[in-house]
Amino acid sequence: MDLTLKIWRQKNRADKGGFKEYKIGGISADMSFLEMLDVLNEDLSEKGEDPVHFDHDCREGICGMCSLHINGKPHGPQQTTTCQLHMRSFKDGDTISIEPWRASAFPILKDLVVDRSAFDRIIQAGGYVSVNTGGVPDANEIPIPKVMADEAFDAATCIGCGACVAACKNASAMLFTSAKISQLAMLPQGQVERKDRAEKMVAQMDAEGFGACTNTGACSAECPKGISLTNIARMNREYFSAVVSSNNV
Amino acid sequence: MILDSKIPAGPLAEKWTKHKFNMKLVNPANKRKYDIIVVGTGLAGASAAASLAELGYNVKAFCFQDSPRRAHSIAAQGGINAAKNYQNDGDSIYRLFYDTVKGGDYRAREANVYRLAEVSVNIIDQCVAQGVPFAREYGGLLANRSFGGAQVSRTFYARGQTGQQLLLGAYSALSRQVANGKVKLYPRTEMMDVVKIDGKARGIITRNLVTGAIESHSAHAVLLCTGGYGNVFFLSTNAMGSNVTAAWRAHKKGAYFANPCFTQIHPTCIPVSGDHQSKLTLMSESLRNDGRVWVPATVELSEKLRKGEIKANDIKEDDRDYFLERKYPSFGNLVPRDVASRNAKYVCDEGRGVNETGEAVFLDFRDAIQRDGEDTIRSKYGNLFDMYQQITGDNPYQGPMMIYPAVHYTMGGLWVDYNLMTTVPGLYALGEANFSDHGANRLGASALMQGLADGYFVIPYTVGDYLAQNTIERISEDHPEFQRAEAEIKERVEKLIRIKGEKSVDHFHKRLGKIMWNYCGMARNSDGLSKAKTMIKELKEEFWTNVRVLGSAEELNLSLEKANRVADFIELGELMIDDALAREESCGGHFREEYQTEEGEALRDDENFAYVAAWKYLGEGKEEELNKEPLEFENVKLTQRSYK
Amino acid sequence: MSWVTKTLNSTLGRKLVMALTGLFLILFLTGHVSGNLLLFKGDGGRAFNEYAKFMTTNPAILILSYLTYISILGHVVYSILLTSYNKKARPINYAVNRPETNSSWSSRNMGILGTIILVFLVVHLQGFWAKMHWGDIPYVTYDGQEYKDLYSVVVFAFRQEWLVALYVIAMGFLAFHLSHGFASAFQTLGLNHRKYSPAIEMIGKIYAIGVPIIFASMPVYLYFTSLK
Repeated sequence: MDLTLKIWRQKNRADKGGFKEYKIGGISADMSFLEMLDVLNEDLSEKGEDPVHFDHDCREGICGMCSLHINGKPHGPQQTTTCQLHMRSFKDGDTISIEPWRASAFPILKDLVVDRSAFDRIIQAGGYVSVNTGGVPDANEIPIPKVMADEAFDAATCIGCGACVAACKNASAMLFTSAKISQLAMLPQGQVERKDRAEKMVAQMDAEGFGACTNTGACSAECPKGISLTNIARMNREYFSAVVSSNNV
Repeated sequence: MILDSKIPAGPLAEKWTKHKFNMKLVNPANKRKYDIIVVGTGLAGASAAASLAELGYNVKAFCFQDSPRRAHSIAAQGGINAAKNYQNDGDSIYRLFYDTVKGGDYRAREANVYRLAEVSVNIIDQCVAQGVPFAREYGGLLANRSFGGAQVSRTFYARGQTGQQLLLGAYSALSRQVANGKVKLYPRTEMMDVVKIDGKARGIITRNLVTGAIESHSAHAVLLCTGGYGNVFFLSTNAMGSNVTAAWRAHKKGAYFANPCFTQIHPTCIPVSGDHQSKLTLMSESLRNDGRVWVPATVELSEKLRKGEIKANDIKEDDRDYFLERKYPSFGNLVPRDVASRNAKYVCDEGRGVNETGEAVFLDFRDAIQRDGEDTIRSKYGNLFDMYQQITGDNPYQGPMMIYPAVHYTMGGLWVDYNLMTTVPGLYALGEANFSDHGANRLGASALMQGLADGYFVIPYTVGDYLAQNTIERISEDHPEFQRAEAEIKERVEKLIRIKGEKSVDHFHKRLGKIMWNYCGMARNSDGLSKAKTMIKELKEEFWTNVRVLGSAEELNLSLEKANRVADFIELGELMIDDALAREESCGGHFREEYQTEEGEALRDDENFAYVAAWKYLGEGKEEELNKEPLEFENVKLTQRSYK
Repeated sequence: MSWVTKTLNSTLGRKLVMALTGLFLILFLTGHVSGNLLLFKGDGGRAFNEYAKFMTTNPAILILSYLTYISILGHVVYSILLTSYNKKARPINYAVNRPETNSSWSSRNMGILGTIILVFLVVHLQGFWAKMHWGDIPYVTYDGQEYKDLYSVVVFAFRQEWLVALYVIAMGFLAFHLSHGFASAFQTLGLNHRKYSPAIEMIGKIYAIGVPIIFASMPVYLYFTSLK
């Protein structure tokens, strides 16, 4: 198929950037979206033009490195990661617009590559159980009801891609933050630091400049892993009960 | 140089305990005076960085991705083995050790493997304490499954995303140490070289992938946790960025490279669909529990299939050749990975492949669906079926899947002693980057185990032993050795840009991949390997005269990053071929066509080849020197594998 | 900053203010709509006027009414704070965006809906509430007691077609605002449970449609009875 691509090009963080249009032909329906961009980049290389920079790594939908706002939706028209999106979702003659994630907490580094280290800093604020290597109890000394383990797992499947932030009209990171707070709040291992974790992670999330939540549900609808909105409710609960009862004045 | 594996004396089961006692310790107050560099943040890297920081060392952690959480360990699906014997089904540390040595076709060190099995139980405890949501039974205790043909259920899992959950556990421990100020993170940073001072590894040179800045980092020890080199084949199940550069640069600085030709080809991957293909996707091997592997009985039928004249479901039962069930009646579709892969290749070589490229076989769930119902199959494999449909556009509930083997894991890697130290003092290799535990073939659910064993439970002891015996003095990054190394790297980067040739980096990578796959893939022979060696030499020359790298060195530049990696892959490819040529036997993932039994099975030569081949780099354009570390088996009896 | 101000300045704290004030206003609306049902009584407005007097003089109601004013103010001020904060989180918008595929229109436009409702509220308060408190208003006498005849003010006002139309349209906006706001407030408070959330959603939808319809039917009813 033949396609027209409107791609955001930006030389570096300071550059203003703008859209550039490219024509591309000979795309097969079996290609993944990123393979289509590989073809474009080979073409550009041939012509001596700088290839389009985009983040990607595992290309099997689990590392969370790929991004892209495709035709007005994070990760494109299907609820999956961009690397798992295939060209059969498009038809011959289509125009496809490709933009980077837009959020002040995710500054653009080049073209479609954004800096998501804000997510790392949110986890560093408390997204862990403080146990050192060794000196832990036998694994089966901590029984966990299967339903809780399963629900904690569902929250833990977050791949940290940032589609939730990209989809949210407020560029809010609540779904991401709440997934980790939820996972650890539901498990016995997470109880000791439960209050501290909720307070610190929310504070970090705010400090990074992510927006607030309007409960539109766009984040969950676009999440490639289908992380549920109930996590945000749980985070709110955790946070409110933490601030009223913790010792942090 | 005589390779000293430093395996402690004494009975197998006591070696590690005794060794831990005999090792020197670093005074707690002194730990903060030592700096340790960890390259790579996968299971091995993240767990090592976190554990060392917890002990009090200053750690610098590097990864080329935008976050430590992206490392490719995250993609492991199946599970992690541990000799917990929670199922009361006869498992033990000794059995896990035995299975691993046997599964590796007797080309691994007994002592290392025993230690791996020994600490496997601690890994599960550690991960659970971190909040890793493993699968559980209704009683709240951990669930296990049997994996990869093992006769006991010792695999712990988190649905089909075990690697993800374990990595996020290690990443959380790492993040905690970043918050504590004990780990400094360097994401989007690639290691370019190891710096040796007075014969010891004392730092690395890196390139900041965003700004292009070449920087020096000094330390008392350097840990390479940089994964495997499967991407030498261009197409593999590795992530796009997985590369050999860190290990290769270390090799050129004096670290021996062991058993480079040992690669694992995984049988159940989604076949290549065309030239545009950038990577291959693995589907869990558990599919072979219910799926039946077949191709049409005749070449004519396959041709019709390929032309689209008939569909798989049109082919009558009598015209189907369930070749694994036919050849291996007792194991059937569950034969080990290498056997399943090789047989798929054979039928496709005969012209009986089933997709357009002729390189695919069917994996059919028709009978399983008829027997158990679609719902049961959906509950077992739903996510895999969905993934298949997402990628291929075909519905596997209605017709058979198509699969083909793909490069998945590399058992070879930097040679390390029992302490995980390479032949360069102070330079360590952990996880898939080293060679030590899997011999010639890795068992399912053992990669995660090894990465975490090395990082959480081995390196914290062995690095301490080294540091305690070495100087506490820091070396400034202005040291002439750093300056010289920086200048060399800058020159190399500039050189790549200066070539301004005609062909893209991917062009060379694809050609390299084809050579490796055709001549050093599932089956190898002397003629092919010799031919491939010439081809790679030519490719290398062409690369350095005709590659086109656009943009500048002082910016985010993907084609420069790739060029730098592919240049190293080409050199590694040549060494793999040398290694495959030198090993005149078949074992595990290494199948030399000249050495097979009458039934076409791998024929080991324990008399002459029960050794680790450790290659020493002698300089640009020179043949590498083969060093042999003999493998002694005092506890297991060497037998020929049979799955008939 | 004390922990209280810190909390109220956090994104979650601000949302908490929105949810609590919103829920209080929902409670107010429930009282308001039930009281105003007296307009349908057909007793010439006696019950309504008595109710109006009670609502403006009873000390308990007085406290509630101050809470209502505070809620309105808080809801408005915090929505402005949040909106400007959220704008900063995405200074450059997407050139192509298709939010309609992942979220409802009203959930994305609570600010616009709220602004329209606020404008309506000014008109509404000025027409009745201000008159009742400080305006020039006729009196009636029931059983020897004087009452402000708010009923006639209402009846007179809704003889004007434009005002009736305005009220009906405004109630439409209120319906959209409530259709997201009701359940959203519970979500913000963290009251989400697989057993109860479906019921909250359902009640929210019924409330969002029912209450505005009843409100809208009042001017319509009065307008048509005035035609007779």
